[in-house]
Amino acid sequence: MAEGEKATLIVHSGEFDKVYSALIIGTGALSMGMEVSMYFTFWGLERLKKNELDKGPLSRMNFLGLGKWMMKRKLKKKNVREMDELIKDFHELGGKILACDMTMDIMGVDKEDLREEVITDYCAVGTYIKEAKESDVTLFI
Amino acid sequence: MTKCEKLDVLGETCPVPLVETRKAVRKSSPGDIIEVIGNHPESKEEIPMAVEELGLELLDIEEKGDQWKIRIKIPEED
Repeated sequence: MAEGEKATLIVHSGEFDKVYSALIIGTGALSMGMEVSMYFTFWGLERLKKNELDKGPLSRMNFLGLGKWMMKRKLKKKNVREMDELIKDFHELGGKILACDMTMDIMGVDKEDLREEVITDYCAVGTYIKEAKESDVTLFI
Repeated sequence: MTKCEKLDVLGETCPVPLVETRKAVRKSSPGDIIEVIGNHPESKEEIPMAVEELGLELLDIEEKGDQWKIRIKIPEED
């Protein structure tokens, strides 16, 4: 039984496809009964800004946005749930979203710039290491 | 009183059938039955995996063409 098992994800990348993968893995792990924490740092933190979640480019074949436009069309055609819905699902299923304090500092991001309604806490590397040590799955995305 | 919750995830793809099943389980009470109907092939395999991980009871899986119906029972409290 998965109860008590934990997954800890670092979302370092801000690209559309990578943040999508992170959210799918995060909600998937919650659905399988795990506890999940997602740490948003560096370019990943940018995606926690208001109305920025799906604004990153594709990590490959972006072609000045044309690639992303095609990808979004395909996702819609295949009825893949939108990122904004997935982050709400993640939150509803009890997943924790943590924003990296240091990134906020160096990038000049204030709490008011971020989607505070989905953020569980603001933290630094020690919190991540402590959680990662107790985790069965850790990913750096 | 126990109830039977019907969950329709027809036409939905990864990870929605799994996520919606988990949401239904979270809202359920001991003894309840959840009936999930969908057609996403991988979810037919993965929902039973989640059922096992969550310590629930898999009652049965019915298949008709591309569609499947999975019935899950929330265990009674000891």
